[in-house]
Amino acid sequence: MSPAIEITGVTKRYGDLTALDNVGFDVAEGEMFGLIGPDGAGKSTLYRILATLTAPDSGTAAVCGLDTVKDYSRLRTMIGYMPERFSLYQDLTVSENLQFFASLFGVSIKENYDIIAPVFAQLERFPDRKAGALSGGMKQKLALSCALIHRPRILLLDEPTTGVDAVSRSEFWDMLSTLREKGITILVSTSYMDEATRCERIALIDKGKILRVNTPEGLVAGLDENLYNASAYRMFELLTRLRQLPEVDDCYTFGATLHVVGRKGFDQVAVCQKLQSEGLEDVRVYPAQGDIEDLFIKLTR
Amino acid sequence: MSIFKSLVRKEALHIVRDPRTMVITLLMPIVLLLLFGFAISTEVNDVRVVAVVDQFTDETRGILQRLSVNDYFTFQGLTAPEDVDMLLRSGKTDAALFLRNEEGLLKSQIVVDASNTNTAQTATAYIRGVINGTSAKSPILTSTLYNPQLKSAYNFVPGILGMIFILICAIMTSVSIVREKETGTMSLLLVSPVKPRTIILGKLVPYFLLSCVILTVMLLMAYTVLGLPVSSSVISVIAVSLLYIILSLSIGLMVSTVVDTQLTALIVSAVMFMLPVIMLSGMIFPVDNMPVVLQWISNIIPARWYIEAMRKLMVQHLALSYILKDVLILLIMTIVLLAASIAKFKSSTK
Amino acid sequence: MTMDKGNAISVRNLTKRFGSFTAVDHISFDVSKGEIFGFLGANGAGKTTAMRMLCGLSVPTSGDGNVAGCDIITQAEAIKHRIGYMSQKFSLYSGLTVEENIRLFSTIYGMTSRQIREASERLFKELGMQDMRRAYVKDIPVGWRQKLAFAVATIHKPEVVFLDEPTGGVDPVTRSKFWELIYKASSEGMTVFVTTHYLDEAEYCNRISIMVDGKISALDSPADLKEKYHAATIDEVFRIVAQNAQRGD
Repeated sequence: MSPAIEITGVTKRYGDLTALDNVGFDVAEGEMFGLIGPDGAGKSTLYRILATLTAPDSGTAAVCGLDTVKDYSRLRTMIGYMPERFSLYQDLTVSENLQFFASLFGVSIKENYDIIAPVFAQLERFPDRKAGALSGGMKQKLALSCALIHRPRILLLDEPTTGVDAVSRSEFWDMLSTLREKGITILVSTSYMDEATRCERIALIDKGKILRVNTPEGLVAGLDENLYNASAYRMFELLTRLRQLPEVDDCYTFGATLHVVGRKGFDQVAVCQKLQSEGLEDVRVYPAQGDIEDLFIKLTR
Repeated sequence: MSIFKSLVRKEALHIVRDPRTMVITLLMPIVLLLLFGFAISTEVNDVRVVAVVDQFTDETRGILQRLSVNDYFTFQGLTAPEDVDMLLRSGKTDAALFLRNEEGLLKSQIVVDASNTNTAQTATAYIRGVINGTSAKSPILTSTLYNPQLKSAYNFVPGILGMIFILICAIMTSVSIVREKETGTMSLLLVSPVKPRTIILGKLVPYFLLSCVILTVMLLMAYTVLGLPVSSSVISVIAVSLLYIILSLSIGLMVSTVVDTQLTALIVSAVMFMLPVIMLSGMIFPVDNMPVVLQWISNIIPARWYIEAMRKLMVQHLALSYILKDVLILLIMTIVLLAASIAKFKSSTK
Repeated sequence: MTMDKGNAISVRNLTKRFGSFTAVDHISFDVSKGEIFGFLGANGAGKTTAMRMLCGLSVPTSGDGNVAGCDIITQAEAIKHRIGYMSQKFSLYSGLTVEENIRLFSTIYGMTSRQIREASERLFKELGMQDMRRAYVKDIPVGWRQKLAFAVATIHKPEVVFLDEPTGGVDPVTRSKFWELIYKASSEGMTVFVTTHYLDEAEYCNRISIMVDGKISALDSPADLKEKYHAATIDEVFRIVAQNAQRGD
């Protein structure tokens, strides 16, 4: 079976800016695939290519085996696209929005209700509320319902969780899992590294280049080897001191602690004692678990 | 529901759900029409006139008689020659008419308060008309064709129409398309199986219909409230207006393909299209009085040709053959703009 | 480093009502000098309203507070000279050069031309941005832009700096570098008040508070909060605390 999404050597330039630089990866049928990278990494450009809104300068992209440039009109009924901001008509009501998008694709809400049901359930209570008056989380659900109403085979979700609070974000990922179980292939992008683990496979993207493609576990495998946490009350001083040590390869702030990448021969006990003797009495150094963010820092440093 | 119908319905909802804009677009033309028709007029009503007569003859009596029954004058009666200056200075009268008999010949002099030159000139002309009406020997015979009472509202109706359609078609259409670009819904329309052509039509038709409603209201008002004489040219008036509406819609579409934010759309449409309509189209300032350079520029302003054609039809009641040139120019402009903007819209979506 | 035990921010029963709607409902907390304090909450919980009161932009309906030694009701104007403000959405004018931005903001903060000259020299040197002085802000990389934004927000050496979602959506390297700047500022005694709904930003703070429906529902260090709610991440803590929220945005 051919992959649901097949991207080969895609490059896209806007003037001097290379938005995508020789990007290539495949997404299998029925997979939940994450595209992880910061703002400006080129995620939205890739989405616009896959959604047939723009053509790559070179390379090819195929969705459901159809070329996004040559077969764009046939492709359009097969994809459900949700752009970066929740693109809804703010002055239309919940049901008017849904009805409108249904009619664009020539389908009725009734015949496809089963597919949007898990997402739309919470919105059913207020069909006459204007989309503009919905909370961020509700807007997101309505936008997803609108993208789903024509029963697409592939969902292209561009940063669906940006600007939505943690509770709604978590609910949203649960919904995506339900949709995946119904056989829909999902390509979802995010700038939250911690959401990566919700995907089966992910591609890390930065400055238009794909850094890695793997499962979340596969990506972080081996990262722990030389990675340590370090903390003290005087964080900035600790950071400066650690950076001066020859056995430290890299050291950066990481949430509540500092992450230290040790060179060969890094000895956490020795380092700890040395720092304590230099006046940082409360210092603690202990092994850390590497995550996607550490990998990202390692790859882009 | 067909795709096209639901596009139009959605657009209609946008228009209706924005009551402020709705009220402005519907009320503004009416208010403008009434304002220009009655309040702001270059015609002169109720000119207060005093007369100084040294000797009553049948002729002078006739003049005074007509002066007192004429709607345009408030005849304040006779006064002594030495009081005239004081009356004019204190603003108690607008004009004084001196009638003197010299060797059996009637000589007249008009003294007028010219602090408003416009009023003064018109008042003088009126009074002269009243005098001339009696005297066959009068050397000057002014005759105003087409608009014998010099009603300024007649002139402004075409101008207001020219402006209002730019407002609705160019500004509102471009803003509504660009809003969809800004919010990203345009991408959603484009990735659906709907053809770009249908999207464009779905955008233009509601504003076309809105313009038709306003055209109807304006014409009804012009022919009733303002008392514009109805003539056989009504059909032509409507036809030319529809052409101009389509032209304005193309302008709106064109603007929407080149700008990216609603604010720019508004500024571009207002500055590039609305202002020239007001300043350069001949709506207020006659094109013939403009410096040559501005006259050239006015040639590329669609409203200029529209207003010219409309005046010929509505005020002068000229036959169609007289507006052939204007219509032809409007037609060419429409075709060029529409073709260019559709091509641009399609290419910008690829 | 000597730790001043005084509080940089101290509020008691701070309340703000808009008609019948209580946006901020009797909140009380202290932030000590040099602390990095995270101010979290779901959309619509009242974060923005609370922060506006702390910055002297909005008068509380009741309650009182003190920021950087000034009373937030009677000395609202004085507060503005003693605090800095930076947000992810807007901080610098992208159409001006680096130098012009610095000059503009230092003038706004009421610095003299001599102070401005000295401050900009120091800033260029500290940030290593000498080559970029005349570059337009829109043309410099996002990491630099963020550093500059922070430097500009603190150019007048404020006692408290308010950061509104400072690093949402930026890449991990930039984010890490940015927090390094904050640690440095904090180590020099500056108090840092961060509002965010990006929970991974919360992990960097010494203490965090979570606002739900206008009230502060939790306040402690990230580690203690995780322990208290038996959660692995702040994200989880937040979900537990905020799950019963009545208000959306």
